[in-house]
Amino acid sequence: MRIGVPKEMHEGERRVATTPEVAVLLRKLGFEVSVESGAGSEAKFTDAAYEAAGVTIVTDVKKLYSDSDIILKVRAPEKKTRSRRNEIKLLNADQTLISFIQPGQNTELMQELSAQKVTVLAMDSIPRISRAQKMDALSSMANIAGYRAVVEAAQHFGRFFTGQITAAGKIPPAKVLVIGAGVAGLSAIGAARSMGAIVRAFDTRPEVKEQVESMDGEFLMLDFADEDGSGEGGYAKVMSDEFIKAEMALFAEQAKEVDIIITTALIPGRPAPELITEAMVESMKEGSVIVDLAAEMGGNCKLTEADKVVIKHGVTIIGYTDLPSRLATQASQLYATNLRHLLTDLTPEKDGNIVVNMEDEIIRGATVIKNGEITWPPPAPKLSAAPAKKKAVPVVEKVEVKKSVWSVLLPFIIGSIALLGLGSVAPPAFMSHFTVFVLACFVGYMVIWNVTPSLHTPLMSVTNAISSIIIIGALLQISSDRGLIVFLAGISILLTSINIFGGFAVTQRMLSMFRK
Amino acid sequence: MSQGIVSIAYIGATIMFILALGGLSNPETSRRGNLYGILGMTMALLATIIGIVSDHYIILFGGLLIGGSIGMVLARKVAMTQMPELVAILHSLVGLAAVLVGFANFLDHGNVLSGIDKTIHDVETYLGILIGALTFSGSVIAFLKLSARISGKPLILPGKHWLNLTLLIGAVLLAFSFVNGSAHGGGTLALVLMTIISLGFGVHMVMAIGGADMPVVVSMLNSYSGWAAAATGFMLNNDLLIVVGALVGSSGAILSYIMCRAMNRRFLSVIAGGFGTSGGETAAGAEGEEGEIIAVEAVEVAEMLLDSKEIMIIPGYGMAVAQAQHIVNDITRKLRDKKINVRFGIHPVAGRMPGHMNVLLAEAKVPYDIVFELDEINGDFPDVDVSIVIGANDIVNPAAQEVPNSPIAGMPVLECWKGKTTIVLKRSMATGYAGVSNPLFYKENTRMLFGDAKESLSEVLKNLG
Repeated sequence: MRIGVPKEMHEGERRVATTPEVAVLLRKLGFEVSVESGAGSEAKFTDAAYEAAGVTIVTDVKKLYSDSDIILKVRAPEKKTRSRRNEIKLLNADQTLISFIQPGQNTELMQELSAQKVTVLAMDSIPRISRAQKMDALSSMANIAGYRAVVEAAQHFGRFFTGQITAAGKIPPAKVLVIGAGVAGLSAIGAARSMGAIVRAFDTRPEVKEQVESMDGEFLMLDFADEDGSGEGGYAKVMSDEFIKAEMALFAEQAKEVDIIITTALIPGRPAPELITEAMVESMKEGSVIVDLAAEMGGNCKLTEADKVVIKHGVTIIGYTDLPSRLATQASQLYATNLRHLLTDLTPEKDGNIVVNMEDEIIRGATVIKNGEITWPPPAPKLSAAPAKKKAVPVVEKVEVKKSVWSVLLPFIIGSIALLGLGSVAPPAFMSHFTVFVLACFVGYMVIWNVTPSLHTPLMSVTNAISSIIIIGALLQISSDRGLIVFLAGISILLTSINIFGGFAVTQRMLSMFRK
Repeated sequence: MSQGIVSIAYIGATIMFILALGGLSNPETSRRGNLYGILGMTMALLATIIGIVSDHYIILFGGLLIGGSIGMVLARKVAMTQMPELVAILHSLVGLAAVLVGFANFLDHGNVLSGIDKTIHDVETYLGILIGALTFSGSVIAFLKLSARISGKPLILPGKHWLNLTLLIGAVLLAFSFVNGSAHGGGTLALVLMTIISLGFGVHMVMAIGGADMPVVVSMLNSYSGWAAAATGFMLNNDLLIVVGALVGSSGAILSYIMCRAMNRRFLSVIAGGFGTSGGETAAGAEGEEGEIIAVEAVEVAEMLLDSKEIMIIPGYGMAVAQAQHIVNDITRKLRDKKINVRFGIHPVAGRMPGHMNVLLAEAKVPYDIVFELDEINGDFPDVDVSIVIGANDIVNPAAQEVPNSPIAGMPVLECWKGKTTIVLKRSMATGYAGVSNPLFYKENTRMLFGDAKESLSEVLKNLG
C-alpha cells in the first residue's frame, strides 16, 4: 500500500507527519511512501533527504491523494486552508486517514469525513494503556510543549533562571510555578530545573507528587482533606468547590512570590479551568511571565488570549497554541515515530497491508470512523495507566497456625522412647558408637552453619572427598583370604580413590580461584 | 602397629576433617582447610594400611594408583560449568563403594556374632547397602540430568506416591526376611532383592525432580553419601567412618535445608517432586494482562551502563550454559575502571548446585568481595541504576511476592525491579524451570536484550569503548 504525506495547510503549522528516517522504517514494513514536495521544509527536512530515503516526491497534491491508500497528517483535515485547498474533499472512499482529529470537539468534521466513506484513525483517541505508550502522540506533543513553554518564558523573562554570585552582584534564581503535573507539566519542570530555576508544582492528583519530586521539583501540598483528582485514564477530573477555594488561595499566595507561572491544567472534553484570576496577575511582580498551555481550551489564566503574547499589568502572558509546532523538527520526529508504531500494529504481516482489527484495544480506540461509519466514542478502556486504587489488594493475613504444645513435644517423646528402647536392648559397644555418631552430627551441624554460602560448591566437593573415607572399610577387607571379598574390596578402593584424589584436587582448584 | 596408635591416628584425622570444614567459613582460610582435609585423609589411610592391612598390597596400591590418576585427570579437565555433574558422579562412586563394602562384609563370616549383636550388625549392613544403593542410582540419574544426557523435566509416573510407599514397605519386609535368613546363614536373596529395590527407588526419586530443584537433589545426595559412610562405620565398628559420615551427612542435610528455604519449599515436597506441575498453569494464567516488552540493542545497553553509578549483575544458570562468566568479568573490570560500582547479587539457588555461581565467577577472576548473597544485597536495589539479569528467571520473579497463588509464592527473590532499570538477557520469551511467567519482563523499567548471553555481552563489551 502507498502512504501519502501532504504538506500541512493549517496557518503556522510547521510539523510534518513523517521524516526521512521514519520513512525508511515504513518502507521496511512493506509500504511505499510519497511526500508532497516541500512538506518537510519548515521542519528542516528537505525533499532531497526524503528522496535519499527512497520516498517519491509528488508535486501535484491531487495526484498524491488519489494515488495513496493511507494519508498521514498532523492536523485534522480542513475545508478552508491558506491555499484554498479542501483537504476533506481530496479524500476518497477506501482511504485511511491517520491524524489528530479531536472527534469530541469536531462533530461537523466527523460528519463530513463520514460522508467521504473513509476510515479515520485519530492519534488523540489512542487509549492510554501501557501497551500504547509508544504511539501516544498526545504525550509526545505535550512533552515538547512543556519544554517549549519554558523556552518561551525564558525569552520574555528579563533575568537569568539560575542564581549566581558574580563580581557585579548577586542574582537570585527565578522561581517557577508549574500548575498541572501531566506530561507537559513534568517536562516543563525538568526544563526549568535544568536551567537552574527553583521549581514548584501543583496538581490535584496526589499520586504525581513522586513524579514531580523525581524531576527535582517541589510539590505544593494543599492543606485539605484528601480529595483525589484522578479521573479515568490518568487524567484529572473536576474538583469540589471547597477544594477549588483552597487551591485558589494557594495560587494567590504563590503568585506574589514566583516569577514565572506555567499552567497546563486541562480536563478532557471541558473548557480549561480558570486558575489565575486578574487579581492574581495584578499581584505578580513587574516583568513576570505566564505561559498558558491551556490557551486553546480557553486558558487557565483569565487574561490569556489564544495565539498571542499580551502584556497585562506588567505581566507577559503567552497564549501560544502551537508550541509543538514551534519545535517542528523534534515534534515531527516524535510524531512520525508514534505514527510508525501505530502502523506497525496495523500491519501484523509486515507486508504493507493494513488491517483495521477492531478486536485490538488500541486500534479499536483510535478508529473513529470505519468505512464511513462513525465508531466514536469507543467503549471505555479496560485498563488505565495508573493502577486502580479502589481495588486495594486484600491484605493476605498470615494466619500463624499456632503449633500446639503436643505437636512439638510428640516427636521428642517418641524419639526419647525409641532411644530408650534402643538403649535397653543394644550392647554397650553399639551405644558408644551411637554416642560418637550423635556428637559428630552435632559438631557437623555447628561447623557447617559457619560455612559462607559462596563456598557451598567447594564444601560439597570437599565433603564428597571426605566421605570417601569409606575406603577404610575396603582396606579392612582387602586382606581377607576369600577371593570374592578381595575383589569387591579392590573395586571399592579403586572407586573411592577416584573420589579422594578427584575431590580434593578439584576443591583445591576451585579454592585457588577465589581471590579478592 | 598397635591398635592404640591406629586409634590415635583416627582421632587426629577426625580433628583434621572438622578443621577442613571449619576452614570453609571464609575464602581466606579455605585453602588451608582443604589441606587439613588432605592431611586427615592421608593420616587415616597410612594408619590403616600400615596398622591393619596385612595382604594383597598389589591390588591395594594398584587400585589407589589407577583410581587416583583417574581422579586427578577428572579434576584437572572438568570445566567449572560442569561442577554439578562432577559432584553428582563422584557421589555415585561413594554410594557404589558403600554397597560393595556392605556385600563384602556380609560375605565375610570371619567375625562370629550372635543374638542381639548379630541382629544389630545385620541391620547396619542392610542400612549401609540400602543407602549406598540409593545414593548410587540417584546420583547417576542426577548426573545424566545435569549433563543433559536425559531430559531435565520431572518424570511423573501415575500413582508415584503409592509406588514409593510400596517400595518402602517392600524394603522393610525384606529387612525382616534378611535378618531372619542371616541368623541361619542365608539371607543373600533378600539382600540382593533389597539392593534392586533401593536402586529402583533412587532412580525413581531423582527422575521425578525438576531442573530447578537440582541444587536440593545434589546436596541431598551429598548428605546420603555421608549417611552411607556412617552406616558402614557402624557395620565395621569403626568410629572414624561414623564421625566422618555424620559430618558429611549433616553438611548435606543443612545445604538441602538452605536450598529449600531459598525456594520457600518444604524438603518433602521437593522430594515428592514435580515442581511446576501442580497449579502452575492456572497461576500463570491468573497473573492477568501481559504487557508490552521493550527490547533493546547491545549498543543501548552499553550506553545505559556507562551512564550509571551503581550496577548489579544477577547471574543465573543461563550464564553457566552460555559460558559467559569471562565476558562478564571483562565488562565488570571495564566499568569498575570507570569508577562505576559493579556488584553481583547471587541467589542461593541460582545454577544447579549450591554456590554454583560463586565458583563460576571465581573462575573468571571476579573478586569475591564484590559478590554478595541475597540477604546481604536485597535492600540495596532502590539505589541501583541498572541491574543486569543474565539467564536467570525464577529468582528475579516479582510474582513470588505479588501473586499469592503462584507456585513460587513466598520464595525469596532478588528485587531488581526496585532499581531504576533492569536489563534482562534472555534467549527467548520462554518461562523458567518453574513454568511460571515472569511479570518482571513486562515492567516499565525492564529492557530485554534477546540472544545468546555470551554474544550479547560481547557486543555490549565492544560498545563500552
